Amino acid sequence: MSELTIVQAINRALHEAMQHDPNVLVLGEDVGVNGGVFRATEGLFKEFGADRVIDTPLSETGIVGTAIGMALYGLKPVAEIQFLDFIYPAFDQIVSELAKMRYRSGGQYPCPVVIRTPYGGGIRGGLYHSQSTEAYFAHTAGLKVAIPSTPADAKGLLLTAIHDEDPVIFLEPKRIYRSVSGEVPDGDHRVPFGKARPVRAGDDVTLVAYGAMIPPTVEAAEMLEKEGIGAEVLDLRTLVPLDEEAVVRSVEKTGRAVLVHEAARCCGFGGELAAILAEKAFYSLKAPIARVTGYDTPFPYALEHAYLPNAETIAHAARGAVRGG
Amino acid sequence: MSALSTVEPLTATPSDAERLFGADWASTLSVAHRWMTLGRVYDARMQALQRQGRIGFYGASTGQEAVNVATGLVSRPEDWIFPGLREQLVALVRGYSLTEYTHSIFADALDPAHGRQMPCHPTARGVHHISMSSVIGTQISQAVGLAYGLKLRHDPGVAWAFFGDGATSANDFHAGLNFAAVFGLPVLFGCANNQWAISVPVAHQTASESLAAKGAAYGIPGRQVDGTDFFAVYGALTEALAEIRAGKGPRLLEFLTYRMTPHTSSDDPTRYQPGDWAERGQRHDPYVRLTEWMRLHGLLTPDREAEEQARADTAVREAVAAAEAAPPPAPDTLTEDVYSPHSSAHRGATP
Repeated sequence: MSELTIVQAINRALHEAMQHDPNVLVLGEDVGVNGGVFRATEGLFKEFGADRVIDTPLSETGIVGTAIGMALYGLKPVAEIQFLDFIYPAFDQIVSELAKMRYRSGGQYPCPVVIRTPYGGGIRGGLYHSQSTEAYFAHTAGLKVAIPSTPADAKGLLLTAIHDEDPVIFLEPKRIYRSVSGEVPDGDHRVPFGKARPVRAGDDVTLVAYGAMIPPTVEAAEMLEKEGIGAEVLDLRTLVPLDEEAVVRSVEKTGRAVLVHEAARCCGFGGELAAILAEKAFYSLKAPIARVTGYDTPFPYALEHAYLPNAETIAHAARGAVRGG
Repeated sequence: MSALSTVEPLTATPSDAERLFGADWASTLSVAHRWMTLGRVYDARMQALQRQGRIGFYGASTGQEAVNVATGLVSRPEDWIFPGLREQLVALVRGYSLTEYTHSIFADALDPAHGRQMPCHPTARGVHHISMSSVIGTQISQAVGLAYGLKLRHDPGVAWAFFGDGATSANDFHAGLNFAAVFGLPVLFGCANNQWAISVPVAHQTASESLAAKGAAYGIPGRQVDGTDFFAVYGALTEALAEIRAGKGPRLLEFLTYRMTPHTSSDDPTRYQPGDWAERGQRHDPYVRLTEWMRLHGLLTPDREAEEQARADTAVREAVAAAEAAPPPAPDTLTEDVYSPHSSAHRGATP
């Protein structure tokens, strides 16, 4: 066990994966000599060299297209897109190519690329360093989507992603890169995809969240406990595959669901969760499903605190579900 | 076949041929001609089947056979082909089964991709033919990534990235050429410039004096070649490949050809092509140019040509019969291969 922050745990996972398998390589902007703008790839260049820790020219479509070709040849590329906000030039490669290569080739060309990218707001990053657009990727069949919220999961989910046979979009909650630290198992610690993490138990309401929304959701649950409301918190860990069973089971128990994400509400992942609950847990529901989300606006700079869900807005929604109104 | 007097004669001499193809030059040309005949017969047959409603779609490579056949012959088994739109014949020359390819045209149960793609989008891993996309240009930077793997592992082989004239305006042309040159990778960028991106002529695609000239901006030697002259194509490929295989980095070749058919079966070129286009294309028909040269030098006799034609007809007829006898893909293949069979990621609606 080591006490690490999330970004250190990611660095540790990359380091161990590269030590263990010479096919693993890292590519992206500023990932080499500079160690990444968030230092997630710190030290890798020195240890593994320029051939496996590749500073690329500035082109996201070039990075992902190149990573696809590497994976077709049997390498295990871990591409970094510096911010999720800058992934869109590569969207064509991700959606049209990466997600469909296995399917359109009848399984002849698997394409196990991992794309790591920091996402989310709360760092005074404005429109283009704050977005949380995981739903685009969850919507695209062929991709898996992982979002850790703890240092142990950051390492464990990333190692699972690197060993996975399918492409994985690995979204890193940059707001809590350094603010959350915790015990991380040494060695080949892997966290399976599709298994939600039960963060805390409760009988009155289920709070479902992931990534950087976990800390305020837990804080909300603690506030609610003092008010006599037992809130169960589930951390989804991966949106695809989704641990549908854990969500449905919890809501069958509590009868109430509050779905939390910082992404915009319209077509956000909470909509999908709400639909699943309506289909599979409808008769257990004692109150309307509530969503606590970002606004349907571009991500703001000065007013980001108003845009983002926080413990109070999450708790408010949970109180509404439990007490009505 | 058009009247022979209408084509531009090929200017190669038999000693040029010997220099290019070696002592066996006559047999190399015979092999090349056989493949071009097959390509021509196949295109004609498939276009007819499409009009009869027996296949859903077709995009011919008529006019591009010299490039495709020369590529098939110059490339090595350890090379990898990233096709653009009209390189299906490359896979066949490299050993892909005509029957299996035809199953993919009919999108039937014996298509290895389970009928998931439109016709003319084959995948042939056995001959290192990457699954073809309909998206323009994306394969260019993918070829670069594969070439990175070749270089990293010190493996022999070249990644061949094909694309049309329209793709030179797309993002991945820029990204791919730039990355390949920066990393010094073994990539052959092959631009099949048939002068039309559906309805847009190449003069509206770029103000550059040629597409080959674009290589200079990336530090990649570029060369424009008459893509309808089998000798010129073969020679240019041989030279470029020797340099790439010697570790000198990527090369760009622009093959100037004439699109002799509509863009696809869904296109009506009378809406946009000048009236004399067909005639100009026929004057540069790569198949007729080679045929005429071989007749002139005694490599083709009327009997031999009839035999070759009959052989191609039979091969295509048998492949079509096999495909038409195959059932459609099984419904449960709809949800296979979205993820690895070892994954439980797929959820949601199933048939």
